[in-house]
Order: sequence, then structure tokens, then C-alpha cells
Amino acid sequence: MKAKFVIPLVLFVVLVGFLAVGLNRDPHEVPSPLINKPAPLFNVPQLANPNKSFSPEEMKGQVWILNVFASWCVACREEHPMLVEMSKSHVVPLIGLDYKDKRADAMEMLARQGDPYNFSAFDGDGRVGINYGVYGVPETYVIDKAGIIRFKQIGPITQEVLEKSMYPLIAKLNKD
Amino acid sequence: MGYSMIPEIGHFALILALCVSIIQGVLPLVGAQQGRREWLVLARPATQISFVLLVISFGVLTWCFYSNDFSVLYVAEHSNAQLPTVYRIGAVWGGHEGSLLLWILLLTGWAFAVAQLSKALDEFMVARVLGVLGLVATGLLLFVLTTSNPFERLLPAAQDGRSLNPLLQDPGLVFHPPMLYMGYVGFSVAFAFAIASLLSGKLDAAWARWSRPWTTVAWIFLTLGIALGSYWAYYELGWGGWWFWDPVENASFMPWLIGTALLHSLAVTEKRGGFKNWTVLLAIIAFSMSLLGTFLVRSGVLTSVHAFATDPRRGIFILILLSLVVGSSLFLYALRAPKSTLGGTFSLMSRETLILLGNVFLVVASGSVLLGTLYPLLIDALNLGKISVGPPYFNAVFVPIMVPVLFLLAIGPWANWKSTNLKTLVQRLWVVAVIALVAAILIPQVMGEFTILTALGFLLAFWIIASGVLQIIKQFKAGKPTRSFIGMQLGHVGIAVFVIGVTMVGAYQEEKDVRMAPGDSVSVGGYQIQMVDVRPTQGPNYQATRGTFEVLRHGIAQDALYPEKRNYDSSTMPMTEAAINSGLTRDIYVSLGEPLDGGAWAVRVYYKPFVMWIWGGCLLMALGGLFAVLDKRYRLRLKK
Amino acid sequence: MHSTSSRFGKILPSICLALFINLANANEATPLAEDPVVEQRLIDISQEMRCLVCQNESLAGSRSDLAQDLRREIRDLIKQGKTDAEIRAFMVERYGDFVLYRPPVKPTTWLLWIGPFALMFAGILALLMYLRRRNAQVITRALSDDENKRIDALLRDNK
Repeated sequence: MKAKFVIPLVLFVVLVGFLAVGLNRDPHEVPSPLINKPAPLFNVPQLANPNKSFSPEEMKGQVWILNVFASWCVACREEHPMLVEMSKSHVVPLIGLDYKDKRADAMEMLARQGDPYNFSAFDGDGRVGINYGVYGVPETYVIDKAGIIRFKQIGPITQEVLEKSMYPLIAKLNKD
Repeated sequence: MGYSMIPEIGHFALILALCVSIIQGVLPLVGAQQGRREWLVLARPATQISFVLLVISFGVLTWCFYSNDFSVLYVAEHSNAQLPTVYRIGAVWGGHEGSLLLWILLLTGWAFAVAQLSKALDEFMVARVLGVLGLVATGLLLFVLTTSNPFERLLPAAQDGRSLNPLLQDPGLVFHPPMLYMGYVGFSVAFAFAIASLLSGKLDAAWARWSRPWTTVAWIFLTLGIALGSYWAYYELGWGGWWFWDPVENASFMPWLIGTALLHSLAVTEKRGGFKNWTVLLAIIAFSMSLLGTFLVRSGVLTSVHAFATDPRRGIFILILLSLVVGSSLFLYALRAPKSTLGGTFSLMSRETLILLGNVFLVVASGSVLLGTLYPLLIDALNLGKISVGPPYFNAVFVPIMVPVLFLLAIGPWANWKSTNLKTLVQRLWVVAVIALVAAILIPQVMGEFTILTALGFLLAFWIIASGVLQIIKQFKAGKPTRSFIGMQLGHVGIAVFVIGVTMVGAYQEEKDVRMAPGDSVSVGGYQIQMVDVRPTQGPNYQATRGTFEVLRHGIAQDALYPEKRNYDSSTMPMTEAAINSGLTRDIYVSLGEPLDGGAWAVRVYYKPFVMWIWGGCLLMALGGLFAVLDKRYRLRLKK
Repeated sequence: MHSTSSRFGKILPSICLALFINLANANEATPLAEDPVVEQRLIDISQEMRCLVCQNESLAGSRSDLAQDLRREIRDLIKQGKTDAEIRAFMVERYGDFVLYRPPVKPTTWLLWIGPFALMFAGILALLMYLRRRNAQVITRALSDDENKRIDALLRDNK
């Protein structure tokens, strides 16, 4: 077998290798470039009390979770019970960011399904979401004591993600 | 009163077809290897039976759609009772399972054609060719029966189906996939001939002679299929684009590029006995690209607007199928190709060299498209992040690689086989060069804007056209041209026409996004488009708002356009139906946007000069292929 | 009565004239965008970006909410006088390289950008080498023929 005639076969095998690996990947998922970068600053009114404002700087010194949600988002409503459970264990402060929503609708959702958040901020025009690279709700960020984003969950939080990724990370960050 | 048993007939036919395909695939190949005549002769009848069974199966599925049998899951997911009959038929191949059944139907159809039209062919060759096709069919039938059965029942049956994506309710839908698949799948014949000749150990020029007409016909269909898809996107999507370098578009374009290289290479192998190894490899690669495309569309590996609903199991199965078919072919190639004999000699400066050079560029072009399409996957698989490779990349890379091909196109036919004199070539071509240069400088000036890229486009297009015209004149002086010659001219001029269309639209199109109320007008490209009114209307399964626009030139009304915004009963997404006034030298394209305050509307108007030349060029190329196939020399040779 | 008819007498011709003028001089439609120059730049920039929601459409063409929001952001950035590179950086900071349709040239994409041209040169080189080798084989054969003739002649002479 002369060497050059084997080249097409070799190239093909390499190609199949990559395709096989690719089958396990999700081409639609957009990983965040903000991991290990400072959480973008913002200052927006709170959901329940528009006279009060919220800025991530207030949370410095604590490990906390920012959960981007909206009342019009079906997946958010499905995720919500998980968040309510999470908040009961008081592991970490949970701050909500109501994204491109109507105040009344969001308040109604929290009243109906329970409010897991310490409080929620209101991002009416979506500008904060854009700065955080939000492209679909729900999205959740774990932010450390220095205000650096350490983890982003795209889509609803599942039990598995919580136990395998988020809780261990939070424990580790709390020690630092 | 129970559920119809007809779908079960379709299912059963598929199971039978699988059994027959296994026989068709295994016995003739083993028989040819061991010289068992009684197994060889099974090839033709097995192929014929396979085809009939597939016709039955596909016919049954079509009947299920036509008769609104919602006890079949696939029908319920892709059709509903309000769908007009034509689109109910088109819906048969609107989803993964049905389109795959179409694939297999066409595969057995091509095999059937080969079985019927190969009476003069050596029976060992026939057995091997049909055997290979049988093996491929076996693989696909296994795939369908285990992971993608279109006859799966939905019990209890749905009251009504979910309906077809409104985008797909279009005449283009009815023709684009079948045409495309005829092309894709048709390359399996050249593939089967290549494998058969590798298996026989006799890599002579005969297989090229046999493969050529089949490859040409497949290429014609693929050309038409791609052109139709492009044209459909143009008038259906509402914003005038015609090519997006979407992964699935690329999946059909790569086999086309390889197929074009293969066509030319086959010509050399047939005439001069040269390039045997290269041509065999191209035949394998062309069909491999078809299979790869099938994988990419249905596995969920890439982001694409065309991608069918995905299921990891399916992805794995197709990948295994792809690996087996292509892997074993390339292994066989590595084993047997070195043994082939050298063909006729030719010097560095000859038609053979020019064709080979053109082949290199076409293969590189195809490789580049493959690289760009798969690169995001490559980077992701290596955990190096997520990137996108889109039109800016492909345009930047593809165009420079194709420029040499277009340049060579005009020169090749003037060069002699075996050896040609450079000086003679220059003598013949300098007139062509001058004409091309004049066109390159003048036309942009006439159209109003000169850029290097635009000039290059016209330079190449007229370089090809002028060369073709001179060849035709020379040929007519020598006597009546053969169909093969006419085919070549049409094919080459077709590309030039295509390039003119692309250059004109790319450089000189005008687009205006305006706010219009009845009575307002907007001007583009020397035309005035005036809004007359906007009123509600209704279709068989949609509500719409229809605008009436008048197209005027120098104050004289030319035509009326009726763009619509439709709300289909089955979908919440409003669809835009653009209205186009097509002409030989320009299209006027009006698209209705969102309603604004005060009874006004957002309207988008395009002036697209020579855009129809894009698809006109493709039609010419396909026509060229047709002339080439109809050349009597093919048929005479086949009879010998 | 006289005053009424004279009022009609004045109004009616005015109305007719007004209608006639409207039909004759249809209003030129106003561009949808406030500033066509800014809008054109927006289209040029956003055409080379992916819509993250639909993922198959460019940011320029997509009708999704996020796309509209992002186009609004880019429009603002253009008005603020940012360069194209700065605007691209803005988007990449938030969404990563995935948002760019034109892959940036960095070590991970060298193969992508250089590959096609490297392949082209490799192909032409391979072709030239192949042709030279082919011609060499032909010459070797010709020599053999020539040698054969000489051998025949020598044999004849020897007899």
C-alpha cells in the first residue's frame, strides 16, 4: 500500500473523530465570556419598591446568585419551584433580575409561585441583560465576594446542576 | 370501524425491501468475487423488486397524507386538514422520516435505471454496481426502520394535524427537495461504478465511459436543485438574499463542486485513459459528500435553518453508516488504486493539465467550504471555545479560489489534448482578453460605480463568453457542432451568466426602508413604487393584509405588486410574502413590514439589477449538461 | 342663498385642485430610519453578526426582541462615535466570538484562514510534482525503446 493512497482514509478517520465528539455538543449554547471577569455594574430600581435601587456593589463581600427571569417566560415558571426550594436552605443570597417585563405581571408571578429572592431588581429595557450577555431567560450567575462572575447557567437550573456544579462552587467560594 | 391498515402495508413493504436489499447487496458481490453465476444474476431482479417495494411504501405514505390519516404520527406532525392538497403532498418530504424515505426511493430508482439500461454491460460489472447500491440501500433502510419509521402510529389518532411550517407552504417546496435528492443520490451511481471497478481489480477506462452519462444526469439535477432552493429563499424569505452559506446549503454545494470536477475528470479518463486513480477518488468523495451532508442535516451537530428535528440516536446511526460506507471505500482505494496502469501521456502544457489544474481548484474550493462549515465543531470539540463562521469568511475565501477556475474555463477548450503550444494559445486568446478588458472597464462606468471586484467579475464573465463565442464561430466553420460541444459551451457560458448576475446584484442593488401611507411613493433604480392601499384579505388557511403597489417608470404604470403579511391559522409567527416584478434586466421587490401609526406601513423596496441571471446561468448549465448527455456518441458507445 | 352658493363656488374648486395636486405629486415616502447614514452603518456592522436567539439569521435581518434591542444598542454606539472595531469589541465582550460571523484572526483560527490558501498551494505543488514524475516515466520508457534498438543492432552486427 503506497503511502499517498492512504491519505484520504486517514483524513476521513480524523473527520469522523471530530464528528463523533461533536454529537455530544450543543451547537446552540453560547458560553459566556464573562466567566472570571467582574460582574458588570449597574444601578436599577427594585421590583417591589421602585424608590429603592440595587447595584451589585452592595453585594461585595458575599457570595451571591443573580437569577434573570421574566413572567412571560415558560421555562422561568418551570424553574421557579427549584429556586423557592433553594431559598429555603438559605445557602446564599438570591437576587432576581426581572428582564423586559411588566412590574405588575412579575409581582403577580412572585405572589402566585412564591418569592425565592431576597429582593428583585427591575431591568425594564433589557440593558442590564445585554451587559450580562443574556440571550434567553432564565439565566443564572454565581458571583463571588470580589464581584467576579464564577459560573453561568444557561436555561433552567436543574437538581443535577445545583448539586454537581453550583453548591460545590459556592462552598469553595465561601471559604476563600 | 377501526384504524386503517394501509400504513402497515407501507411499513411491511419497507421491511420486505430491507430483506431484498440485503440479498441485492450481498449475493451479487460475493458471487462476482467467487465467480458464482447463479448469485450474479440475482442483482437485476433484486434491484427491480426493491424499487417496486419502495414505490409502494412511498405511495402509501403519500396516500396517508392525501387522505389526512392522522393515526400516522408523521402525518399528524407535518400536515393538517386545512392544508391545500398540493402542500399535503409536499409535506410528505417536509420532515426527517419522509424525506429519508424519498432518499431511499430515489436510490432504488437510480439502481433500477442502471439495471434497465445496462444490458450491454459485462455481467460481473452489473452485479458489482447493483450490489454496492444494494448495500447502501440496506444501510439506509436499517436506519429508517430502527430510528426513523414514517409509519409509526399515533393511537388514538389526532383530530387534526399540527400542520406545516408556513414557510414551506410554497411551490418551491414541492420541487426543491426531490430535485436536490435526485442529484445527491445520483452520485451513488458513479460511486458504485468506481467501487465495482476497484473490486474487480481492473481499473481501466471502461468504467469511466459507463459512469459519465449517469454522473452528468445527477449533476444536472443537483444544479437545478440548488438553484431552485436559492431562488425559493430569494422570493420566500422576504429580504432578497439568495445564498447564506448555511451549513445545509454548503452540504449540497460541496458535492456539486466535486461533481463538476468529477465530470471533467471522467471526460479525460474516458478519452485519454488518464487520471484513473484521481477520477475514482473523486467519485468516492462526491458521494461521500452527499452522505456527509445527510449526516450534517439530521444529526443536530450544526446550527442551521434547514436542520430537521434532531435525535442523538439518529446522529450516531448515520455517523456509523457514513464511516462504514466511506471508510471501506477509501480503504479499498488505498489497497487497489496503486495497481492501476498509467494512461496516455501528455505534456505540461495540454488540455489534460488545464483540466487537472481546474480540478485542483475545485477540490480546494470544496475543501475550504468543508473547513469553514466544520470549523466551529472542530474548535468546540477541542474545548477551544465557540466561534461562528459565516458569509464573510466564505465570501473572502471562496471567491479568490474560484477566480483561477473561471480563468481556466475559457482557456481549456482551446488547448489541444496531449500537447499544446503556449504561443498558439496566446494567439487564439488575445482577442478574447481585449474584449474582456473592455467590458471590465466600460460596464461599471455605465452602471455608475467602478470597483476592482466589480471589474474583476465582468472581466472573468466576458473572458468566458467571448472565448465561447469565438469557439462557436470556429466550430461552425468546421461543420455541424456535436451535442457534446454545445453542452460544453452552454455550461461554460452559464457560469459566466451566473457571474454577471452575482456581480450586478452585489454591486448595484438598491434598498430602501421607508414609511408609506396610501398615496406615498418611493423611487429606486429609476422606478417609482407607489402605495395605493392596504386591506385585509383571506386565504385557504390564513388571514392576511395585502398591500397594492404600482410600479411606475417615467410616470407610466408598468405593473402592480401585492405584497402580503400573512397570519397562518396554525402558526403565531406572521409570514411576509414579498411581491416581485421580475424582468430580464432587473427585479423590483416589495416587502410589507410592520404597521405604523396613522395608517402608514413600514415598507422595504429593492431594486435588483440582473438578479434573474443568477438562476438563468444555472439553467443554462443544466441545459448544457442535458445536451452533453444526449450526445449520440454516448449511446453508440454504450451499445458496443 | 347667494352667499351659500358663492361659498360652495369657492370651496369646491379648491377641493378639486387639492385632490388633483395630491394625485399628481404623490408624497415621497420618508425613510424609516431617523438617520440613513447611521442606519447604513448599522446594517453593515450587524450583517456580520449572528442573532443569538434565532442563530440562523444575521443580527441585521432578525426580527426577534433581543435583535431589536441589540440593534438599538449598536445604533447608540454609532451615534456616540464609536468605531466599528469598538462596537465589535462591545458585542464580543458580552457574547463571545460566537456572535461574529467573520471569525477573528487569532491562533485558534489560523488554520481556518490560512488553510484554504495553504491547501491551494499544496495542491498546485503536488500537481506539478506529479506531472514532472509522469514525464520522467515517459522518458525512461523511450530510453528503453532506444536501447532495445541498439541492442538489436549490436546483435545483428555480432552475427
